[in-house]
Amino acid sequence: MYFEFDIEGGDFSKAGYASSQLKKILKQLVGDHKIVKRTVVALYEAEVNVVAHAFSGKVIINIDTDKIEIQVNDKGPGISDIQLAMKEGYSTASEKVREMGFGAGMGLSNIKNNSDEFYLSSEVGLGTKLTIIAYLVKE
Amino acid sequence: MQVADIINKLELEVVCGQSGLSREVTGGYVSDLLSDVMGNSKEGQVWITLQTHKNVMAIASLKDLAAVILVKGFVPDNDTVAQSNEEGVPVLVTKMNTFEIAGKLYELIK
Repeated sequence: MYFEFDIEGGDFSKAGYASSQLKKILKQLVGDHKIVKRTVVALYEAEVNVVAHAFSGKVIINIDTDKIEIQVNDKGPGISDIQLAMKEGYSTASEKVREMGFGAGMGLSNIKNNSDEFYLSSEVGLGTKLTIIAYLVKE
Repeated sequence: MQVADIINKLELEVVCGQSGLSREVTGGYVSDLLSDVMGNSKEGQVWITLQTHKNVMAIASLKDLAAVILVKGFVPDNDTVAQSNEEGVPVLVTKMNTFEIAGKLYELIK
């Protein structure tokens, strides 16, 4: 199964739409499985990252019989030092974003901790590509 | 213990999400950092916060939290109310500050 969602940079009122839809889809497909919780946490954080930092983004979800692959690609400023961005507590979020309770520097590590495979690449001035994979192993 | 029970015992006011009042409460979580709640809260917990915007409901719903308590007389934004009703996750309000309400909730469900 294949799904696509658009994300608009700066629009926090719509952050979480793709992850909420994914949760509904996965609950129907696999029921109450820990992969549902982990995957929606990862996707929510990725959505918030696009809203907080980029101009626009696209979520592409491929659900297979054995795995879920999610790509979140954005057009935006990119990340100059990915290793630093991955460090817990490091954030470049604006004051406004921080006041909302985001920008604590936990998003990327939340994504990594809630996925089985995690790939992040970025070109400064162009955008960032995130791919995460979760394997549907039987509990 | 259900959400309705803690409302009575802690004298909370229900603002929205009434369809979720029978949700089972397993514990509590206190934080105003959304990623902290996203990463560390557990299903069935009551989330105590001063954040009032709509993303609070996105997180509460994705994490299957039992309810949200807003402290110090804060009230939820309009779109927060709408999403709470849609998802059936109650938003409860209190005049107490975070320290007081967290202590009382802990005493109640420890």
